[in-house]
Amino acid sequence: MLIIGGHTFNSRLFLGTGKFSSSTVMREAIAASGTEMVTVALRRVDLDNPEDDIMSALDRDKCVFLPNTSGARNAEEAIRLAHLARAASGSSWLKLEVTPDPRTLLPDPIETLKATEELVRAGFIVLPYMNADPILALRLQDVGAAAVMPLGSPIGTNQGILTAFQIEIIIDQARVPVVVDAGIGAPSHAALAMEMGADAVLVNTAISVAGDPVAMARAFAQAVEAGRTAFVAGMGNRSKQAQASSPLTGTLATDLGFLA
Amino acid sequence: MQIHLNGSPKTIPDSMTVATLLQELSVPPTSVVVELNKTIIQPDCYATVCLQDNDQVELIRFVGGG
Repeated sequence: MLIIGGHTFNSRLFLGTGKFSSSTVMREAIAASGTEMVTVALRRVDLDNPEDDIMSALDRDKCVFLPNTSGARNAEEAIRLAHLARAASGSSWLKLEVTPDPRTLLPDPIETLKATEELVRAGFIVLPYMNADPILALRLQDVGAAAVMPLGSPIGTNQGILTAFQIEIIIDQARVPVVVDAGIGAPSHAALAMEMGADAVLVNTAISVAGDPVAMARAFAQAVEAGRTAFVAGMGNRSKQAQASSPLTGTLATDLGFLA
Repeated sequence: MQIHLNGSPKTIPDSMTVATLLQELSVPPTSVVVELNKTIIQPDCYATVCLQDNDQVELIRFVGGG
């Protein structure tokens, strides 16, 4: 069972709520995914659509609400957004994102560490989005991150797990759950992360912009479950040398001697 | 008097409260967080906090996001 911030999760698939074509599709995709954690962002109210409210479309009894600090370019902006998020959600869950460069949306490690430290002190349950840097993951858990969220590849790129080598080290060293976030573009990518031993994955774009987001949510749920089951079952070792699957002894007859 | 609402100038009557502003904008108070000059205003203060000339008001809410 996955436990983060004292909360137990049965599903290891976390879902982002961005870019869905409608709240109905989003709601159905959330249900199909079986997720128990959804992320949301904070933005200025659109004064031309003052009653447009995502909260009315989400069931907070079924899902933990994980506000992000997307848009923050440094620790100060992220901390300001975190306090707004806590006031809006009434809870201390926070996905910390500090992305100074809009072209890559890669997280700033120094500002992320600074903000994590301060927000943990202020009582937040902080899940920092981070580059797949094993040393940074240790530093973040040392200052009290409730989980670490290394990226597979940059946000929204659907490139999959390009950071597998580093993520394996992060998983190996982690004392907090590892949630692979960003860049997961296909169920096979999610399955790979889970086979590697990730505790959960966070998926948004791959589901929300799919031809059929509800079916894709189901596909991701199956992939995450398959990957997790495979990890728990214990994967065989890789080898460069072929290893016969069929026995090499006890062949039938001498004229089949080439089988011996 | 003039305030800055979500980054844009807006003219409002003198001594307008936060509650009245939300009402005029048709923004349901329970769906937003109000930040006044970078300080979060608690919902039970909306009816008593009066806006001043040049106040920076931010109305923030959750939207879809990863």
